[in-house]
Order: sequence, then structure tokens, then C-alpha cells
Amino acid sequence: MNNALNQPQTIVVLGGGSEIAQAIVRALASPALRVVVLAARAPESVEIDGVADGVVVDRVTFDATDHEGHAALIDALAARHGDLDVVVQAFGQLGTSVGEDPAEAARLIDVNTTGAVSSGLGVAAQLRRQGHGALVVLSSVAGVRTRASNFVYGASKAGQDAFATGLGHALHGSGARVLTVRPGFVRSQMTEGMPEAPFSVDPDDVAAAVAKGLVRRQPVVWVPGLLRFVFGVLRYAPGFVWRKIDR
Amino acid sequence: MNAQKVELAGWGRTAPSAARLVESTAHDLASSWPDLVASPRGVIARGLGRAYGDAAQNGGGTVVRIRPGADPISIDEQAGVATVDAGVSFDELLRTIVPRGWFVPVTPGTRFITVGGAVASDIHGKNHHADRSFGHHVTRFGLLLADGSHVDVTPESDADLWWATIGGMGLTGIITDVTFRLMPIETSRCRVETRRVGCLDDLLAQMEANDADVRYSVAWVDLVATGDRLGRAVLQLGDHAGIADLESADASLLVDPLAFSPKTLLSVPPVPNVMSRPAVRVFNELWYRRAPRHHVGLESITGFFHPLDGIGNWNRFYGASGFLQYQFVVPFDAVDVLRTIVTRLAASGCASAISVLKRFGAASGGLLSFPQPGWTLTFDVPAALAGLAPLLAEFDELVIGAGGRHYLAKDAHTTPDVIRAGYPRLDEWKAIRRRVDPDGFWASDQARRLDLL
Repeated sequence: MNNALNQPQTIVVLGGGSEIAQAIVRALASPALRVVVLAARAPESVEIDGVADGVVVDRVTFDATDHEGHAALIDALAARHGDLDVVVQAFGQLGTSVGEDPAEAARLIDVNTTGAVSSGLGVAAQLRRQGHGALVVLSSVAGVRTRASNFVYGASKAGQDAFATGLGHALHGSGARVLTVRPGFVRSQMTEGMPEAPFSVDPDDVAAAVAKGLVRRQPVVWVPGLLRFVFGVLRYAPGFVWRKIDR
Repeated sequence: MNAQKVELAGWGRTAPSAARLVESTAHDLASSWPDLVASPRGVIARGLGRAYGDAAQNGGGTVVRIRPGADPISIDEQAGVATVDAGVSFDELLRTIVPRGWFVPVTPGTRFITVGGAVASDIHGKNHHADRSFGHHVTRFGLLLADGSHVDVTPESDADLWWATIGGMGLTGIITDVTFRLMPIETSRCRVETRRVGCLDDLLAQMEANDADVRYSVAWVDLVATGDRLGRAVLQLGDHAGIADLESADASLLVDPLAFSPKTLLSVPPVPNVMSRPAVRVFNELWYRRAPRHHVGLESITGFFHPLDGIGNWNRFYGASGFLQYQFVVPFDAVDVLRTIVTRLAASGCASAISVLKRFGAASGGLLSFPQPGWTLTFDVPAALAGLAPLLAEFDELVIGAGGRHYLAKDAHTTPDVIRAGYPRLDEWKAIRRRVDPDGFWASDQARRLDLL
């Protein structure tokens, strides 16, 4: 159960190796924290810092494409640790396809979108049962308006984002909620070597925005916050303008 | 019985959860028992939702609001005792008993609590140093147990269950009705001495010197003031006024000396948080200046005991993210811890509106009852305030280190370790609870959060 300061006792990270997820765990860590579950493809190699000695760190194997297994995994975590206060959906791939390889594009959608849907529904069922808790979905501005240079990735994030905001509405009144996070360019291992876009942020900036969004019970946060207004315009910019900007 | 799924929070409006809310009289509850037993995550009783944190919510489970029955208040004028349905509010109770020359033995700062909640939280008031907590004045209560049986409990019939239920946060069963001693009064006025006190040390000295001579004693402390004015306060010492007091003060009051008809003056609509530091500074300044330097006069029951009840939904002043009320007690010899916390709060930039300082007398005997001899301080802070978390964690350590504890009816943020340290008889309480509720039928968000089950 979150306390009045919105400090969780149990945090589950799907995609526990992600730098942003680790920053989120650090930002939400407090004396109230008791359990951190790191769910990842290779959980034994995932390290975590900034968590006090008494906190139980549970490493479990998580495959985003094991759609049939997601609900059972969440149920097992709840059986082991009790109520899940905050679940972070942090897995995802950038992909290298710009649209030439149909099979690879489909695999990207399978992880980023289908995996988000199947794991998100598993989490939602548990949060409904316990009558409280938050699902934090790491979306991206790439899904708000897709770019020619990574439109498959953008499409996968658009699907995840639409699912997350819709799930938030579906959960209204259930005590559970969804926080959809839309960062711009985040400087991390995933984006290493890529040219930085305007409004770039660090994983800790994303984590701080998540912590604040949870306290204020917001449905959506943009990181940095200014992007809400930037994309409020860009989303409806004519195609020729968008293509000019997106180079 | 009427059931619906709703999101519930405490008076602080933080950390809500959704539960099935069942409204029923205690009598009707017996007939819906099979349905309650089927609840997947247990059951907790809820009164008027004035506990500040998550004590009366039960995410994913069932919350029962006990309605008063057909004849909810019966008074034995000869013995000076009342038997009252657990769902009756102090507001309703006082409207019935005050005109008949009786008062409750203990009242908190609001009339909008229930009699059942008063027992479950073992509430205290301004007379704690003289009269102890509410549980001290209770002589019996009815309790609905997890196996569906309805038992009459007295200290003689089952001392363990008695002291596990008084202050037990509703986790031993649903309290259905309560018998307790009343306090006779001649008038519905209070004779109140008000003093402005310029600083904390002066305040502590005056409270120590005067408490033995008065029934009611409380200080309203300005926790925003710093420097020489640190801990400046308005001290109030009082007792119920007699007929003679009315005669000498205002003979017109003698027409109806027991008149009592409190009103809500205004109700706060949903607003953003207005309790900013500058606003609170102005408010505290006015509160302090409004009080006379030294004055003895008559006040109404509402004015003296329940001043905030005139403003409906005052908790909305803190906006959508809500607020915490932090209350702790430390033994008298740990007065330095009290001083440290007042100093740190004033320096922190927290916007704490008028806060309450009080000296507690003897404990009641409830295993999870809050009051114990010492200083108790209560302050409100907005939940979304930056830097609040480390500050409260620091206070928790100070309080526990000094042999103090936190009030479960207020708590919304602390940890199982802090509660365990503050309540050394917790394991004894858990053992009694397991005896009467082996399957963990009674459960609340707070109980899960603080590992009370």
C-alpha cells in the first residue's frame, strides 16, 4: 500500500535492466520500501543501487513476448509479495529497422506493443483485485507523431500509449490508476551514439517526473513538461512542415 | 443492506483505495453475514471517515458503515451512563444529551466522529491529563466477531479482548453499541481562560504549572514562527461553566442554560491547495493576534471544543493531493525532542497552520492505545510539500528514540518498524487478535501497510 506521501512498499519493474527504470526505483525508494522486483530477460545480470539493505530484491525472468505467461507471472508476484503498489512497464526496443524488414518490424511490435498489452492487462487485473496501485507506462513522444526515420518504433509506442491511456480510463473508479510517461530524447544506453534531439533529458529527469506525477495522481506526464505544448502543436502540423522539422 | 463499489480515503484525502461499501445497521448485519464472509480481502468498519490516513479503508475488500438502529441512544439518568449505537455521531449524541444536562466524558476536536470510532481509536481530548482517554469511561460494548457471533464484552468478561479492542482500530471485530459514563454539566458554556504565550519555553512551563488545576488544557502553537517567537502559542485552560458563572457573566444565558444547536457556517468547495507558506503565516499571525493577552470568559461548547466544525470539508483547503496530520507523544523527560521537532519544523519551510500541543496523563490500558504520559504535538502538512518525506522520517526516528509513539488514527505515512517500536505490546495484541480472528477476516489498508495482521 502506498502511504500518504505516495511512497510504495512494493515496486515491480518489467524490464528491470532499463536505466530509466532503475532511476525510477531510486526516486521512489524511501523507508517505506520493502520489495523491489526486477523482471528482465536475463535478471541475474541486473544490478541495482540506491536501495537500502533491508529491502528484498527479487529477480525474475521476464520475456516481453511470452504473452500467455504474463498474467501468471503477475499473479505469482502478488502471491509472493502481497499487494503490488507500483508496476513500471520499462521494457522496449528501439529496433534498427526503418521499414525494410517486415519480420523485424513485426518482432518490434510484438515486444513494444503486444507485450505491453498482455503484461499491462495482467497487471491491471491484479490492481483491480487489490483496489489500489499504479501502472507506470514508459511511452514516448515518438508515438505522438511518428517520424520517417523510426516510424515502426513510433508506431509501436503509439499503440502502447493508446492502450495505456485507454486502460487508465477503464480503471477509473477501481482504485487503480495508470501513469503514461512521454519523454522526449533520453540520454541512455539505448540511445547511445544517436544524435541528440532538442529537449533531451536524463533518466533521472524522467524518474523525478514520474514521482511527481504519482503524487499528483496525473494520468500523463511529459518530460520535459514543455513537450506537452510543443507536441500539442506538432501533432497537427501539416505534413510538409513535419517533414522539414524531422530531418 | 446496500452495497456499492467506491473509492475511499481518510480525512487527509491521501492514498485512496476502492472497496465494496456496505451500509447496514448492526442488527441487519447478522442476516447478511454469509455475503460478508465471501469478501475476498476481509472487512473493516468505517464511521464518518475522520481518521486521517488509511485506517478505515480496505482496498479490494469490504468496508461496512454501521448505521444507527431504531432507538440509538438510551440514557440511564440515575446511573449517569448511556448506551449508544456505534454508528451514532458525537454531533447527534451531544444534541441529545447536552440539553438534558450531560456531556461526553471525552471529546476530540470534532463532533463528526462516531461512538464506535471513539472506542476503536481510544480517542483523547483536552482533558486527557485529568480524565484519560474515552476507553477509560467505557463499561461495556457489543462486538460482532469474525465467526459471526455477537458478544457483550466487559473488562471482567474477557480482559484480553477488552484491551485489544479499545484502541484496536476495529481489527478485533465490529463494535455494535457502547455503554459509557456521562459527565454531568449545569450549562452548555465553558469558562475559559485564554493567554497569549510568547515562546515555547514559557509555554511548556505554564502548561506544567497549570495542568493539575484545570480539567481542560490545550495550546495552539504557531509552528511557522521562528527566532524569539519560536513556539509562540495561545494557551487555553477551561472547565464547564456552572449556573453561577452564567449569572455573573451574562444573565440572559440563564433563560436556557443548556442551549445547544451548533451550525455549519460554510462549506469549502473543491479548491487547489491554498495552504501555502505565506498564507499560513498570515493565518497564524491573525490567530495569534486575535487572542487576548489574558482573558477569562465564557465560550460555547462548539467554540471551545470544536472550532473547525463550523467549516464543512475544511480538508479541501489542502487541494487534491491532500494532507497529513502528524501526531506523536514523547515522555515528559524527552522534552528536548519536542523542542528539536518544533525548531526543525519552523526552519523547514513547512506550512503548518495552527498546531496543537497537549500534556497527556495516564494511559488507558489499551494495547494499541496511543496516549501515554508525556507531551503530544499535532500538526498538519500538505502531502505534496517538497522535502516532507525526509523530514518526517527524521521525526519518526527522534520520536521512537525518545520512547514515544505515533497515533494510528492519524498515521498515514510511517512504517511497520516505527509502529512496532512505539507499541511494545504489539505481539501480545496480535496473539489476542489471532484468537478471535484466526483467518484474518478483519483487515484494513493501514493494517496491511503497517503489518498489524
